Order: sequence, then C-alpha cells, then structure tokens
Amino acid sequence: MRQAAPVKTLKIDGRDLSGRQEETILDVARQNGIFIPRLCEMDGLSDVGACRLCLVEIKGQNKLLPACVTVVEEGMEVTTDSERLQGYRRMILELLFTERNHVCSVCVSNGHCEMQMLAQRLGITHVHFPYRYPKEEVDASHDRFVIDHNRCILCTRCVRVCDEIEGAHTWDIMGRGIDAKVITDLNEPWGSSETCTSCGKCIHVCPTGALFEKGRSVAEMLKRRQFLPYLTMMREENE
Amino acid sequence: MSKKRLATVWLDGCSGCHMSFLDMDERLLTVAGMADLVYSPLVDAKEFPENVDVALVEGAVSSEEDLHKIKLVRERTKTLVSLGDCAVTANVPGMRNPFGTKAVYDRAYRENVTFDPGIPDQVVPALLPNSRPVHEFVKVDVFVPGCPPSAETIYYVVTELLEGRQPEVTTKTRFGS
Amino acid sequence: MTPEELDQIAETEREAQSHFTQRVNVCVAAGCLSCQSQAVKDGLDQEVDRRGTKDQCQVKGVGCMGLCSEGPLVSTSAGVLYKKVEAADSAAILDSLDGTPVSRLVCPTDVPFFQRQKKIVLENSGVIDPDRVEDYIAANGYTALIKALTEMTSREVIDHITKSGLRGRGGAGYPTGLKWSTVSKSVGTQKYVICNADEGDPGAFMDRSVLESDPHRVLEGMLIAAYAVGASEGYIYVRAEYPLAIKRLKNAIRQAERVGLLGANICGTRFSFRVDLRLGAGAFVCGEETALIASVEGKRGTPRPRPPYPAMEGLFGQPTLINNVETFANIAPIIRNGGEWYAQIGTEKSKGTKVFALAGRVENTGLVEVPMGVSLREMVFDIGGGIPEGRKFKAVQTGGPSGGCLPSDCLDMPVDYESLARAGSIMGSGGMIVMDESSCMVDVAKYFMDFCMTESCGKCIPCRVGTYQMHRILTAIGNMTATAQDMKMLEELCDLLKHTSLCGLGQSAPNPVVSTLRSFAEEYRAHVEEHKCPAGVCGAQPVGETA
Repeated sequence: MRQAAPVKTLKIDGRDLSGRQEETILDVARQNGIFIPRLCEMDGLSDVGACRLCLVEIKGQNKLLPACVTVVEEGMEVTTDSERLQGYRRMILELLFTERNHVCSVCVSNGHCEMQMLAQRLGITHVHFPYRYPKEEVDASHDRFVIDHNRCILCTRCVRVCDEIEGAHTWDIMGRGIDAKVITDLNEPWGSSETCTSCGKCIHVCPTGALFEKGRSVAEMLKRRQFLPYLTMMREENE
Repeated sequence: MSKKRLATVWLDGCSGCHMSFLDMDERLLTVAGMADLVYSPLVDAKEFPENVDVALVEGAVSSEEDLHKIKLVRERTKTLVSLGDCAVTANVPGMRNPFGTKAVYDRAYRENVTFDPGIPDQVVPALLPNSRPVHEFVKVDVFVPGCPPSAETIYYVVTELLEGRQPEVTTKTRFGS
Repeated sequence: MTPEELDQIAETEREAQSHFTQRVNVCVAAGCLSCQSQAVKDGLDQEVDRRGTKDQCQVKGVGCMGLCSEGPLVSTSAGVLYKKVEAADSAAILDSLDGTPVSRLVCPTDVPFFQRQKKIVLENSGVIDPDRVEDYIAANGYTALIKALTEMTSREVIDHITKSGLRGRGGAGYPTGLKWSTVSKSVGTQKYVICNADEGDPGAFMDRSVLESDPHRVLEGMLIAAYAVGASEGYIYVRAEYPLAIKRLKNAIRQAERVGLLGANICGTRFSFRVDLRLGAGAFVCGEETALIASVEGKRGTPRPRPPYPAMEGLFGQPTLINNVETFANIAPIIRNGGEWYAQIGTEKSKGTKVFALAGRVENTGLVEVPMGVSLREMVFDIGGGIPEGRKFKAVQTGGPSGGCLPSDCLDMPVDYESLARAGSIMGSGGMIVMDESSCMVDVAKYFMDFCMTESCGKCIPCRVGTYQMHRILTAIGNMTATAQDMKMLEELCDLLKHTSLCGLGQSAPNPVVSTLRSFAEEYRAHVEEHKCPAGVCGAQPVGETA
C-alpha cells in the first residue's frame, strides 16, 4: 500500500513553498529556481555537506545549516542569500583558490568549470588571502584519463560516484587536513589500478579540471553530467 | 576640465593584456580624447611620472625590478588597476612558485643553454622567491581579472574610471576568460 | 551472577584482605610507571619475600594518586604518602609501617592539593588494584549495576541520571539524562552504547588515568547505560597511544565476562550486553562523535553533519549512546547514592565533580577531582600550589585546542560550564594548563592552531584551508613580519571557521586565538607594530620562501 507522502510548507527567501518531508532545502530551492551555491553536492550522489557553500540561515536557529542535507520542516523560514552568507561563501571560495594551483587560463576546464563560474557569480574579482603554491602531482599513467592534483578541490564527487554508482571504489582520500588528497587504490598510479573500470564517470562529475580526458587542451574539456540523474532514475524504477 | 593622466605598466606578463588594450581599435580614439597616455610600454617615456590618475598594471610581481616599479607606481597613482589574471592572481608566472627559483634559473640559464651557461648576475633583475599578485605588495583599487580581459572590458573599465565612476566588472569578465 | 554471588565475592575478598595487617600501595598508572614505579613495587615485593612477611604485609599495585609530579608515589596502611620513591627505599618503607615514617620521603597530605579534592570518579584510584575485579567488587563495585537490574526500571535509572544533573564530561556538557532518554526512546532493531576514550587534548590525561586506575567503573557505567537505553552491544573507542589503558580494559572485560557481569542474561535477567574495544589510530577528530562512529564502522574517521544525531542514527544507522569515560565513571555512584545526592554537589547548573589534569607552570601538577564551582584561583594557587620560582601568573588555558586562555581577572570565576563559556573558554574534557609571564600568548595561540591544522581531517574547506591560513598568520606574527591586514584577516578567519566549519573541531579551532586576542591584545600589538615579543619567546626568524 502506498502512503501519501506528508508535505511540509516553508518559506525560502520570503517565498511560500512546499516540499515532501524527506526533501532537503536544496531540493526545494532547486525545484523553484532558487540558486544556492555548492561544489560537493551533486544530484544522484550521496550528500556530504563538506564544501559549506550551501549554508543557509534558518529563522530561530543560531547555526548556519547546509541546505544539501537539511530536510525541510513545517514553518521553516530559510534565507539563502543574506549579505553575511555571501561574505562567508566568498571567503570559502577564496580559501579554495589559495589552497592549490588553480590557473584558469591554462586549464582544460576553462569556461566550463563550476568553481570558476561560481567565483564570478559570487562577485569574486580577486583573492585576498595569500596563495599557498604547493607542489602537486599530475598522474597521467592511465591510458585515457589524467588527474591533476593542482586543480582538485577535494569535493569527493569522484570518490562517491566510483563507489556509489560504478561500484568500483577505486578512488578514496588519504592524508588529512591540508595534506589530504584523492588517490586511486592504495595510492598507486591510476594506470596500474586493478579496480578502475575506466568508465570515466569520475571525469564527468569532477567540478574542475582536476580530472580530464587525455588529448583535451585548454578549455576543451566539456563535462557531461546528464548520465547521473538518468542512471539513478533508471535504477530506482527497476527496484 | 583638464585631461586625465592614464598610464599602463607591464610587469611579469605576456603582454596579452596590452594587446587586448590595443584591440580597443577605434575606441582608442575615444580614450585618447579623455586622457593622455603619460606612460606605457606603447609610448616613449622612460620614467613613471607623477600625478597619474589611472594606472593599468599588467603582470605579476616576480622580480626585484617589478617590486621597485610597482611601489613607485603606487606612490604616484590615484587609481591603480590590476589588469588581467597575472596581476590579479599571479596566473602563469606564478606556476614557477612550487618549484623554487633555483629550478627556474637552472632551466633557463643552464639546462637549455649550449653557449656559456651560467646565471646572470647583472642586467637581468633578480627573481623574488615567489611570483605574486600585485595586491600582495601594494594597495590595489580595481581588479579586472581575465586572461586577457576583453577589449570591451578594458574600454568599459578605463572610461568608467576616467569619468570618475567605479566599474562593476564581474558580469563582464572572470578568472581565465 | 546473582546479587548473592556478588556479595560472596565481595565477602571473600574483604576476608582475604583483612588478613593483612600492613598494606603498601604503589601507583602503577602511566605517570608513576614512567618514573620506574614498577621497580619500586618489585623492590617492595622482594623485600617482603626476603623478610618472610608475605602473609601480613600486602604490596599492591594501584591506580593514580594524583600528584604525578612527585611520583613514584607509595601509600601505606600507616596513613603516610611517600613521594619520589626508589626501589632502594623498600626496606626503609617496610620498617616504617609500625613506627615513624621515613621523613625524607614523606609527602604531606594535609595540603590543599589533597584536602580540597572531592573524589567520586577517582574514589577507587590509588586504592584498588585495577587488574583485579575482586578488588573492585570489594569496594562496592557492580552493586549499582545489580541494583539497577534488579530493583529499578530503565525509566527509573534515567530519572536518577536526569535528577543528578550530570552533564557530558567530554567537553560540550550536554545533559546526560536527556541524551539517555533520547536514545531510550529512539526506535531501532539494535542499539549501541559507545564509550569515547579518544582523549586527545594536549595536556589532558583524565580519561587515561581513570581507565588505568579503575577500568571496571567505566564498564559498570556502560552496563547501566545499556540497560537504561535498551542496548545490547557496546564499544570502547580508545586511542592506541594508551597501551596500558587498553591492556587493563581488555583484562577488565575478560574478568567481567568470567564472573558473568558481561555477556548474556546478566544477573539472571533478560539484559545482555557485550563490549568490544576499538583502537583509534591517533586522529584527534575521531573524538568527535560522528567521526568516531565512522571509525568504529571501519571507515575513514571524518565527521558528518548533524542532524541526524547519533541518538537517532548512530553506529550502523542505529540509535547510539555516546558518552565520555568520565561520564560513565560517574554513573555507578549516582545509582548507588541516588540522583539527589549527586545534585547536592557542585553549582546550580553544573553538578557533581570534575577531574582536571593540572599542568604547566604550577607547583603541583597532576590529576585532581574537585566539586564544580571552585574558583580558578583555588585551582591554581591552593590546589596547584601557585606559580614556581616566584613568577607572576598570566593565564590558564582550559578546554585544550577548543578552549581559551583566561587572564588573571578571571581568577575568581567559578569553574563551571556556563562561567567558562561566558569568559570565552570551555570546560572541555578537563585539561588545565597554567601559564606564567614567561609564556607568550601569541606563541600559545600558534601552538594550538598548529595542533588544529595538523588534526583537521580535511573534509570541509573552512577548517582545512582556514586553519592553514590562520597558522600562517600566527607564524608571521611570531616572526614579526605580520601586517595590519594580516590581523584583519585573522579576525575574519576566526569568524568564518566558527560559523561555517562542519564539526566542533573546526568551529572551535579559533577559540585560542579569539580568547588571546581579547585578553592579550597588547601582546599581539607589540609583535605587529613594535616587532617585539614582551615575553621574549618569539624571535625574528629568517623569512622563508613562502612567508
């Protein structure tokens, strides 16, 4: 027997909206064309609440909450775009730019990069924190793909898509804090990975130019995202 | 009203921003009608003059000469503009930073040199440890990212500033564009 | 195990102990062991053997006696405490049992360090042999469990905990009764009880000491909790850096299983409970409950956003109760004596006692248990014995890397959850580091930021990159190269990390900076503007490539 899904009504940025009880603030915002920035969240993957860009204000709550994992509640009043939130988002994104060597002008994803677009959208014209300039590696040992750690933002989309959708779990994270990095298998060259199926899903969920196909030059790496919601939908229907 | 004084400065960059500046084509005439170009790699002035209203700075600060120059420019300029990604983010010049200056010198003056390899100790300015954005050394008033910013963007920024308005660039340009 | 059997064990043990007319207790917790207390115990054993007085004189290894700075400590049935004992002193100590004390070794106990303490959590520490369940049982051990199982409903147990006013001793001070009640009402096919023994604050060793001195007390607390919330499986997450605590816990679990206090149908009731150890691999963040749960599950130990809280969805997605070692150690006495008894101790909102690891620039360093609400001044100058070498007090740091530095005008403040929070610090797990005028507060802030940066898991951006940037600025201040912009950036980052980090580690990482900026702004100013370190700690170091 199918039960009617209880529906909650809430306000987002002053608009009266409704959502099913298991939906998140981000789900409802997205359905209604309200933009909330994010870099780790991706439709079709589990949510980790790690990038902190989707933090929103909820009336009566001291804490800022990540829209991607906060489920709607009756009577909730959400603000997604206050000046304070914009300031935090800009700082978080700036920190990300300082962390590794994000050189847009020579990047395969120039013009198609989520981080670059977000910076523009948030009005970032420069980064006021000093850059780190770490020495990062590029692993081009795979036949078809490359990982350039200079451009990785540790969103873990590759880790999740590989584990949750492809079922290979080739990707994971090693190290901690500022030294954390994504690895293939037990930090072996990607090309010698025995678990990688070369499906390429990680390439296409990567928000930046960190993961790309060989042979792509500056600005040539277009990412195709449609497969993910489609795969998820088909799987759910077959269940 | 006397004409405004405009300058352009070339630090560590590829000159692409200056090329984009020239790409303003006939609009250069409009700019010339609003301001005198008192200093630029495009004109013959040896010393950066006093009382500059707007200075467009291309390039990162990479050498001792760049550092000396940008401090002088700052002193003598009302509105300093970081023009293009090298000035704003250090961009391509900054890609040497993870390797250190020794590796850079060796690559440039030893490894690929067949005749009398050796690191120059005169004429060529010494490199700073890192190539860094302009605003890490002096106060910058306006940031115009882009690699290079389009002629359209530069025209907009220059004319707005010369007319005493604050340009809003985020809809026109971005890192890498 | 029935109540009668428990009584029987207690009787037998007390009977056996009553044969001894003389007793010598040697501390064999990590502090004293590290200054050779095992050799002292062996020496005493040999001497007793040699004298052939084995039947009258008992030499016992016991847990922590508190005054770690004076170890190895030995206490005797004559009521004398000896300090800095060596194996060669064995004969003299044995000789003194019926006569005059060995004056050169006597450690006076009529001083505030001992007199001001009130021992509940540590009541057995330094008294019983942590390796023998019989000794614990003889000291009323496991009677609270039996009482709960045979005389109380789980609801009544929770009521007592709620009435006691006990709050989580891990740091945040969440009401324990409320947490238990939430877990007990949560629905799941299986519930879990986890003991958080991942004590990781620099300078903190309360939990280690409790586990080394009285492991059964923690097990008993967990058992009562499991009964109260309806859990049948438990884990103790203890850091691998505590090998002695692990050894004693393993031994305690084995003994409790042997006598039927752990396992199926405990005390003839329907209640069953099993406990397993999980060793942490030294990540500070695994003390955060969601990271700890991930680690127990065998995953990478990183926190996740809450809600859902572990009480609803914890280990393996099931309702899970997580409490800290000291919290569990408080449970048995509360059940034995009633919630009202406990609520009489302490302040209005912070009940009971708190164990502190007193360290830094004080005469008496070690482990103390005091009623909530004693003043910082009493802690530092009475119990701690004041600042050595006639130096001036500067600050006391509480709460580890998540806490803050309290200056001298906070000295008369009572030590309780609310007062510490109001003053810009936290209770934390109980680390208390005293600093005198020779400490530079910028250097202290840098030390803690270095800790937070190194221990950040790297999951969320504000903590991962923010702690790096804050550490960079603090290093620059220490090197006298920081600018006014750096100071502005530092304050921005404090605000950013506090409000946007994913877990408590990141959210509280700015605390040492915020609290020193507030109370010692002058020191920061001196570094930045005058390029001077008033305490003479920071020196102008050569500026590296990235500085």
